[in-house]
Amino acid sequence: MLSESAFRRPQGAEKLLTAIREMDLPEARLMEVCGTHTMAIAKSGLRQVLPGNIRLLSGPGCPVCVTPAGVMDEILRLSELPGVILTTYGDLMRVPGSDPEDSLQRRKALGADIRWVYSPMDSLEIAAEHPERQVVFLGVGFETTAPGTALAVLEAKRRGLRNFSMLCLLKRTEPALRALIRRPDFRVNGFLCPGHVATILGADAFRFLPEEYGLPAVVSGFETGDLLTAVYRLLCQIRDGKPALENEYIRAVSPEGNTAARALMSQVLEERPDIWRGLGAIEGSGFGLKAEFQDYDAARRFDFCPQNRENTTGCRCGAIICGQMSPQDCPLFGKRCQPDHPVGPCMVSGEGACAAAFHYRRIE
Amino acid sequence: MNQDIITLDYGSGGRKTAQLIDELLLPAFQSDTLNALGDGAVLDLSGPLVFSTDSFVVSPLFFPGGDIGKLSVCGTVNDLAMCGGIPRYLSLSFIIEEGLAVEELKCIISSIARTARAAGVEIVTGDTKVVERGRGDGIYINTSGIGTLTYPGLSSDNIREGDAVLISGSIGDHGATVMMARNGLLEGSPLSSDCQPLHKLAKAAWSCGGVRVLRDPTRGGVATTLNEFTEGRNFSIELEADDLPIHPPVQAACDLLGLDPLYCANEGKLLAVVAPDRAEEVLHALQNTPGGEEAAVIGRVTGRAPGKVILNTFLGAGRVLSKLTGAQLPRIC
Repeated sequence: MLSESAFRRPQGAEKLLTAIREMDLPEARLMEVCGTHTMAIAKSGLRQVLPGNIRLLSGPGCPVCVTPAGVMDEILRLSELPGVILTTYGDLMRVPGSDPEDSLQRRKALGADIRWVYSPMDSLEIAAEHPERQVVFLGVGFETTAPGTALAVLEAKRRGLRNFSMLCLLKRTEPALRALIRRPDFRVNGFLCPGHVATILGADAFRFLPEEYGLPAVVSGFETGDLLTAVYRLLCQIRDGKPALENEYIRAVSPEGNTAARALMSQVLEERPDIWRGLGAIEGSGFGLKAEFQDYDAARRFDFCPQNRENTTGCRCGAIICGQMSPQDCPLFGKRCQPDHPVGPCMVSGEGACAAAFHYRRIE
Repeated sequence: MNQDIITLDYGSGGRKTAQLIDELLLPAFQSDTLNALGDGAVLDLSGPLVFSTDSFVVSPLFFPGGDIGKLSVCGTVNDLAMCGGIPRYLSLSFIIEEGLAVEELKCIISSIARTARAAGVEIVTGDTKVVERGRGDGIYINTSGIGTLTYPGLSSDNIREGDAVLISGSIGDHGATVMMARNGLLEGSPLSSDCQPLHKLAKAAWSCGGVRVLRDPTRGGVATTLNEFTEGRNFSIELEADDLPIHPPVQAACDLLGLDPLYCANEGKLLAVVAPDRAEEVLHALQNTPGGEEAAVIGRVTGRAPGKVILNTFLGAGRVLSKLTGAQLPRIC
């Protein structure tokens, strides 16, 4: 097996860069739709070494960033319910609700029982240890985390853990991409497709991009060598006017994906409409629990009812997620909005476009 | 000490406290000053001194390469050494949570004794309190230390453009090990904390001369410590990503947990900024001292972006390496 370092410090990187620089292209706007890509691109310094006509944009790829403020408000309310233990991935801890000063981290400091976990399965153990308490797992993520979340629900049912429930906030990539592409202001020339999502769904899940919309698409891994190769292949497709689906991440992604994981998802989850920050309501863009698992649905158990609130903070996360503007173009960026005191989720999430742009600023 | 757990009685100041001191603490530390059991220690010291204090909270209490006891000696000893001092005496305070197993406390105490001997420090005074169950994390330890100033004038004020930045070994081992241990992911892993006293490495470095400043990059890691050097200054520090000594298991653990080794704590490494004409000599001195075999020059002081730390990536792009903001938290995927 090849080690990741072969992709981290690839041989021939200089050749690829030269080939990219020698391509005579008009402006090319390439979008990634995965938070890990956002961070990997920023960490590698790829933007700085690409010619100025090639723009790398961050799309709606961070599950925290696309979660609307109204949902966070309801999560904050849940954290205060008597007897509730909230379990969550760390990403959500610092996300503000509609009050920019309020977050799970603050509620935890004030006494709410909020615990961060790496896996939804850890929540089951907490539920088993505290039969007198209600343990609610915040199921955030895309198709990458959906199978693990589905497995936790199945396992809770098998073990009869009646005090466990899951707030299903899982989102689907494809409907969001379609909604983005249909926007009148959509200006993207090619997609760097998310390697993690594709590991589960298969590379073929992104075939609709070239076939239905004529958009170049390359499934990419997360190391410098992966990103450089994927960008090069996208640019070749653009140059040649031949949009296609290519898979750069063959060491992890097959055409059909992980069939066992997909079977788990279809056993437990069903599509439903969902609301995305920046994109609004999108048909079939979320996952809910199927009827037979509704006993484990925290939304039902705790009357979860998020308001669709207007954003009044001046935060432009929505426009940034849609690729309309760069983080640096937001008037709050680096001033009122910084990782220490984030106004919007793109600054707080480890995978957010604004956090990436702030942490890994280029040297002029 | 027949009972197997610590109870509130052990912190009462009465018979149980005396038993704890007589049976566990005094035999472990073998110090005449401590044996005197005065309200404080009387020390025979003169000249300029260095003085530091640190508190230790870590979960889990035991991890590969160390434990909270070893950490509590190394932490303060290393702070003294980074100030240019030879560590001499330590105070030792425990805040123990009711219910801690006596066996665990014994292990912690013997680890403290062993590390203190290795670091050449004497534990001369101390205190023990016990708090109710649920009000502590097993045990918290505070140590304060005094040393004699041997290499005066170490300060980031002395850093000049052209200086070399050295590290005494690999980056991120302690932080990665503890995070993996906390998540039950250590089984079969070669990860181990780098926790060790740095007094010998510090002495090896400053004996060569030309050392501007020493610092042990603990919380916040190498990135945060270097930012403390550059903040508000008219120079920048430039690191070369390819020169950073990071063990593959540490990198792999960080990849898995969504962490960056440059922000992970180190508990047995020192960063040295050294005048350019002494850098080679200091590097060899570190490499020839036990615990410093993997020492490396990782960067330079430059004028490229005053006030900032810059990381030059594999692609040759320079990006800002900022301070750690908040705690590193587990990520979604």
